[in-house]
Amino acid sequence: MREKAIVTQVDDAAAAAPIIEMSGVCKWFGEFQVLKDINISVATGEKMVVCGPSGSGKSTMIRCINRLETHQKGRIVVDGTELTDDARNIGAVRGEVGMVFQQFNLFPHLTAIENLMLGPVRARKMSRKDARERAEFYLERVHIPEQADKYPGQLSGGQQQRVAIARSLCMEPRIMLFDEPTSALDPEMISEVLDVMTELADSGMTMICVTHEMGFAKRVADTMVFMDAGEIVETADPGTFFGSPRSDRCKRFLQQILGH
Amino acid sequence: MALLKPGTVRILCICTLALFVTGCSANWGWYVVDPTTKTGMSNLMFLLGGLRYTILLSVTAILISIVVGLLVALPGLSNNRYLKLFNRTYVEFIRAIPILVMILWVYYGLPQLGNIQIGVFWAGVIALALSDSAFQAEIFRAGIQSIHRGQYEAAQSISLNYTDTMRFVILPQAIKRILPALGNQLVYMLKMSSLVSVIGMQELTRRANELVVTEYRSLEIYTILVLEYLVLILIVSAGVRWLERRMRADERG
Ligand SMILES: Nc1ncnc2c1ncn2[C@@H]1O[C@H](COP(=O)(O)OP(=O)(O)OP(=O)(O)O)[C@@H](O)[C@H]1O
Ligand SMILES: [Mg+2]
Repeated sequence: MREKAIVTQVDDAAAAAPIIEMSGVCKWFGEFQVLKDINISVATGEKMVVCGPSGSGKSTMIRCINRLETHQKGRIVVDGTELTDDARNIGAVRGEVGMVFQQFNLFPHLTAIENLMLGPVRARKMSRKDARERAEFYLERVHIPEQADKYPGQLSGGQQQRVAIARSLCMEPRIMLFDEPTSALDPEMISEVLDVMTELADSGMTMICVTHEMGFAKRVADTMVFMDAGEIVETADPGTFFGSPRSDRCKRFLQQILGH
Repeated sequence: MALLKPGTVRILCICTLALFVTGCSANWGWYVVDPTTKTGMSNLMFLLGGLRYTILLSVTAILISIVVGLLVALPGLSNNRYLKLFNRTYVEFIRAIPILVMILWVYYGLPQLGNIQIGVFWAGVIALALSDSAFQAEIFRAGIQSIHRGQYEAAQSISLNYTDTMRFVILPQAIKRILPALGNQLVYMLKMSSLVSVIGMQELTRRANELVVTEYRSLEIYTILVLEYLVLILIVSAGVRWLERRMRADERG
């Protein structure tokens, strides 16, 4: 515990040191190679937006960062901790990384506020009173304090996704991963979730978002990443990425997605 | 009346009516359980007294078998092949033994193994619980497997450990889904508890048997026995349905 605190301080001192580093990461599902030599580096406070065609490996890549998938080759270092089979390292990394899923994955048998309190109470050993205060604080931040006692099934998709974001924030992570957080939502609910994400970005959170919401990307991203067939084809700042993408594959993808 | 649906009540009425009508014919001798006479009343009370043991036996057995079933189901869900093998072996082995054989083995066989004394009640409980635990294990396994992978992933992403994930996320949802199956098992258990009569347990069936030996009125006495099980199980079924409705009302969607 104390050791880790020191490491964190050193990291802060050298602000340029990346908080997430993937180098030479490869992954196979059986014979099929999903990730091919992935190299990314994310600085503290950086916002990275990942896009690419379906099946290109975007989800798999970000799921490797909190070890929902295991990589078979290469190194992933999160906030100074390398992801190995060591359960302590995995625990340490998951403690720093929050994740928001396309399908929300709220716990349907718990109310919104209970969804938020579960992690702090069980994993952080917080008292129920403190956890409730924290949960109320984050529900406020995603603008739905009045929905605290409703079950997920009683909330709209946009509200559910905001509860899911608040649930992650309750663990006070340093990094947030978003895996297509708005693709399961009706169009009229997309903006309420993107607004919350934009506010989170403005607050200085380190974020990696897999999304095809290019308006959001232009507004928020520091770095754009384009993936295709398990590879990172292009990495650039948004100006270059949208203005003059280098690869043909990326050009075509952008035409398709912006054309519509 | 809230507990018993109108349909259930109707079935009961028809049965009673049918008995009453046939009961008037010469072949029946309802006097053995006629509550207006002294012997009839004491016979009836003797029969009904078995209810306590049938319920106690079944409920104790099912509680134990639920715990054992869960403990057997969990290793079956792991990725470790030895744990899986343990699960499969247990389920296949136990499932292959007829309940009556299990009762005989536990009551007459087991004591010789370790020179221990097992009373009739606990022999019955152990035999019924063991037999049922294989089915409970399969029910739990199916129930837990039906929970979407995203629930585990969400739990992991907020740093819950395995025990907490199971206890607070997976099992509450799984149990809700398997409640009808658990209800079925309880009904099944209530019926199978009648087999424990062979080792002398004074439950419903044993008492009916004993009374038939002294009174020679098997038709009436066994008819009462049928009604006893019928009412008991209709009540249990209604209770399970009520519980299901209540748990669903919690959630909506
Ligand atoms: N558990 C798995 N087993 C086998 N193959 C898998 C598994 N998960 C994903 N894949 C395959 O890996 C590839 C990459 O999947 P991934 O979900 O990472 O793509 P994606 O870029 O997120 O696509 P989408 O935009 O559709 O979400 C796909 O071809 C998919 O079929
Ligand atoms: Mg995906």
